Amino acid sequence: MQEKSISELAAGLRAGEFSSAELTRFYLDRISQHDEKLNSYITVTEEAALAAAESADARLKSGDADLLTGIPVANKDIFCTNGVKSSCGSRMLDNFIAPYDAGVISRLKGAGAVLLGKTNMDEFAMGSSNETSYYGPVRNPWDTELVPGGSSGGSAAAVAAGLCVAATGTDTGGSIRQPAALCGITGLKPTYGRVSRFGMIAFASSLDQGGPMTRSAEDAAIMLQSMAGFDERDSTSAQEAVPNYLADIDADLKGLKIGLPKEYFDEGLSPEVAASIQEAIDFYRQQGAEIIDISLPNSALSVPVYYVVAPAECSSNLARFDGVRFGHRCDDPKDLEDLYKRSRGEGFGAEVKRRILIGTYALSAGYYDAYYLKAQQIRHLISDDFAKAFEQVDVIMGPTAPTTAFGLGEKADDPVSMYLSDIYTIAVNLAGLPGMSVPVRPADGKPVGLQIIGNYFQEAKLLNVAHRLQQETEWHKARPATFA
Amino acid sequence: MSLERSDVEKIAHLARLAVSENELDNVASDLSNILDLVEQMNAVNTDGVTPMAHPLHMSQRLRDDAVTEDNQRDHFQGVAPATENGLYLVPKVIE
Amino acid sequence: MQWETVIGLEIHAQLATQSKIFSGASTAFGAEPNTQACSVDLGLPGVLPVLNKGAVKMAVKFAHAIGAELSQRSIFARKNYFYPDLPKGYQISQYELPIVGEGQVDISLENGDSKTIGVTRAHLEEDAGKSLHEDFHGMTGIDLNRAGTPLLEIVSEPDMRSAKEAVAYARKIHQIVQYLGICDGNMQEGSFRCDANVSVRLKGEEKFGTRAELKNINSFRFLERAINFEVERQIDVIESGGEVVQETRLYDADKDETRSMRTKEEANDYRYFPDPDLLPVEFDQPFIDAVIADMPELPGDRCDRFEQEYGLKRADAEAVTASRAVADYFEEAAKIAGDGKLTANWVTVEVAGALNKDGLDIAESPVNAEMLGGMLVRIVDNTISGKIAKQVFEAMWQGEGDADAIIEKRGLKQITDTGAIEKVVDEVLAANPDQVANYRSAEEKKRGKMLGFFVGQVMKASQGKANPKQVNELLVKKLAE
Repeated sequence: MQEKSISELAAGLRAGEFSSAELTRFYLDRISQHDEKLNSYITVTEEAALAAAESADARLKSGDADLLTGIPVANKDIFCTNGVKSSCGSRMLDNFIAPYDAGVISRLKGAGAVLLGKTNMDEFAMGSSNETSYYGPVRNPWDTELVPGGSSGGSAAAVAAGLCVAATGTDTGGSIRQPAALCGITGLKPTYGRVSRFGMIAFASSLDQGGPMTRSAEDAAIMLQSMAGFDERDSTSAQEAVPNYLADIDADLKGLKIGLPKEYFDEGLSPEVAASIQEAIDFYRQQGAEIIDISLPNSALSVPVYYVVAPAECSSNLARFDGVRFGHRCDDPKDLEDLYKRSRGEGFGAEVKRRILIGTYALSAGYYDAYYLKAQQIRHLISDDFAKAFEQVDVIMGPTAPTTAFGLGEKADDPVSMYLSDIYTIAVNLAGLPGMSVPVRPADGKPVGLQIIGNYFQEAKLLNVAHRLQQETEWHKARPATFA
Repeated sequence: MSLERSDVEKIAHLARLAVSENELDNVASDLSNILDLVEQMNAVNTDGVTPMAHPLHMSQRLRDDAVTEDNQRDHFQGVAPATENGLYLVPKVIE
Repeated sequence: MQWETVIGLEIHAQLATQSKIFSGASTAFGAEPNTQACSVDLGLPGVLPVLNKGAVKMAVKFAHAIGAELSQRSIFARKNYFYPDLPKGYQISQYELPIVGEGQVDISLENGDSKTIGVTRAHLEEDAGKSLHEDFHGMTGIDLNRAGTPLLEIVSEPDMRSAKEAVAYARKIHQIVQYLGICDGNMQEGSFRCDANVSVRLKGEEKFGTRAELKNINSFRFLERAINFEVERQIDVIESGGEVVQETRLYDADKDETRSMRTKEEANDYRYFPDPDLLPVEFDQPFIDAVIADMPELPGDRCDRFEQEYGLKRADAEAVTASRAVADYFEEAAKIAGDGKLTANWVTVEVAGALNKDGLDIAESPVNAEMLGGMLVRIVDNTISGKIAKQVFEAMWQGEGDADAIIEKRGLKQITDTGAIEKVVDEVLAANPDQVANYRSAEEKKRGKMLGFFVGQVMKASQGKANPKQVNELLVKKLAE
């Protein structure tokens, strides 16, 4: 059952093979059976899920159903969900029952999806290994001694282990694509502005973007269809029409121009990962695609630029967590300053504090030009590199991450080496482009992700390119044996 | 770029973050390492490059001036740490 | 030593929008605490600002009114600091690239000259909430209803040289924003707030002295007093060998003094940066043209027009255009009355006096413009005399109805029947033979004054209802016989 795709499940629901209530029960049981090993959920909303399943069954009977109606999905705990704890993986929000729904949550509810619960994540989405969560690390279903990647590690692990049909994630510097790669699933970060940020607890506003994490490109297309679209409550939401993502998903790839940036195949890339990526590229060549060597000369700077821009925005975005209107408040504050400093000092974990401090420093008097302004200028250069590349090619391909999943605790004490695990994903966020990670041949039994980057609002093209691979290969169907 | 304990104290105060005495050295060294990474930017000449604050070249959409929100005070104050008579309470503010 | 005062003003005008600058919550004043603070105003996790078109239009109108350049592209920035009335930990404001660029306004000085004051810039920003310091077990209560109310911060050049000039400038800006309908101008409720940057220097010196920023000023009178106090204080400091410190000082109206605000933070470092939740505000010409086409007439233009269209003297035109409400009142009444000068006279003397006596605002006047116009028509068409009109006005003020009803009820209609007036004139002349004889024997130039006696007698005998012009003419004619 947990191998079935969304369209197969939708067909089964319509044919009366099983009800949404049964399907939901099945997934709830799997969660209670397996999640202890993974820690992928922070909150499971069993009652609400079963009630939603009942409504979905009624809706299916009435004939007025969406493809997602009755399908059990999980949401990253960064999305505010009315009446449900929305912690963002932080002690700061451990007591925060969101009083409203995020745009993405409203849309999924509107489609009739069954929301199973909220998945674990790096605290405030700051991390690449899911070890910064207040609720403890998530483990990789392929090997529970390995990290699942982050920050959407809970969603990635839950999808990979079959603890939900599909999940939502958010991606600020690779947080959908990198855990998708490390857990062997499909993850799509849409164009900035494609999915509403309303109700998605902000980390870095000019980079954050929500997207689907699924077992296939086709499932991702169905999820994105529901998630995407204009939201008047988000000033940065794009008014661009949402195409039908399934319409051309099977289109022929003959003549497709694929760019391979030489900077994505440098000495930092592990040879096993490189080999798997090469094999996938060979597949596309066989499909009639034209492979073109390109250069994104400022790629290496994306990490330094990101670690100015993202912390700067986060230092300001996280100022609202002050212990006054919601969230953690320290005991017996002796004065206002004590209230602020202790509530924030206790509520935030080490990585979040580091980023707030770096961001505060980068914006402070005397340093703004050297750090923030400089970073915004190089951001422009990075974006221009992509613009030039897309004059030449349709999509860009490369590895999602330089290595396969690393061990729990391996990089936890070295922030900088952790930051470098996002070296291939960050530039995409800086430019605001859509990017995807799809599983290719595992290396040494560990998943490897191929990154596919498209031009603005070319999600349909990415899905098509990924889907063709998944039609002809079985890599995306590999599942960790423990969770069969 | 190497940050001193005193720099960290100053930044932590601006950010209203309690950083304990015994954390200061570690934080200073972590932050210094991050700044070393960040300073790779200095290698690039950015003269005349327009800073990019947003990924998309869109301009601000304007909302019609209309009241669309109802009073939800009780609902919102349900998650507040301390309220009284509809007010949020904080330790005494001295003007 | 000869000291010169240098003053620049920062005026915060709350814009008269229905909803907040970045949310759909109401801006109405005086609601129960936190009942008009929505999720965006509270800065709940995940919420986002969306800019109010009404506030932008108001800024465009202001730019046009002061001849300022409108930025084709302006940027919102975050000003970061922690304070309990600032929910997000930052205020959304504008820093580089404000919406309104350099402009200017002319003020009238006491000696009748006019002076041009430069406006450096004006930008949109959100207001903060309020801290309530009544005791809640030693805690402070926070009301965020005001948080997110749109403000236009109008920054002047340091062009003013006295408290009086500063007040004249503030009044001018007040008049403009009220005329434009972009701010209700209520200083008591904090809708229009002035901060003054004040410094002194020796006359002839080019460099500015160190300035103090005066806050908490909620009337024009206090603005003048606060600046005067501060100027004296600074001169005292310097003359006694001290140095003025750059600081923020609060004006205390009860003690009539300014005092230093304990600095909340050794140095403010606001860490301004472009707000990534908001995009650049860009205009196209049709938008600007439509806003300008929709603008009300400005005070200066209206004053000029009243002079020409209604034949008013400059001083009267200025008096009735001092506020938009009075100008609207005047114009409505004048249109009905068909006599601008007469209307201006009534508005500035009788109406203003009565309002002043009862402590009312023109909007609260028991005699509205239509009623006043209706009464003035009766003067113009000779139904009543100006003198009787005062009785009618008083009755209208007391709520006895409109002019025609009062004239009818009290029988105040003027006698214009020549026969009837002649009869009274004859009676008066017959009853006062001595005065008639004196008049007839008097020199021509003394007769004018003597005629007044007969007019008075006739008016008295007719209970004021005889048409004075006809009485005059008849008397002159009869006495000459």
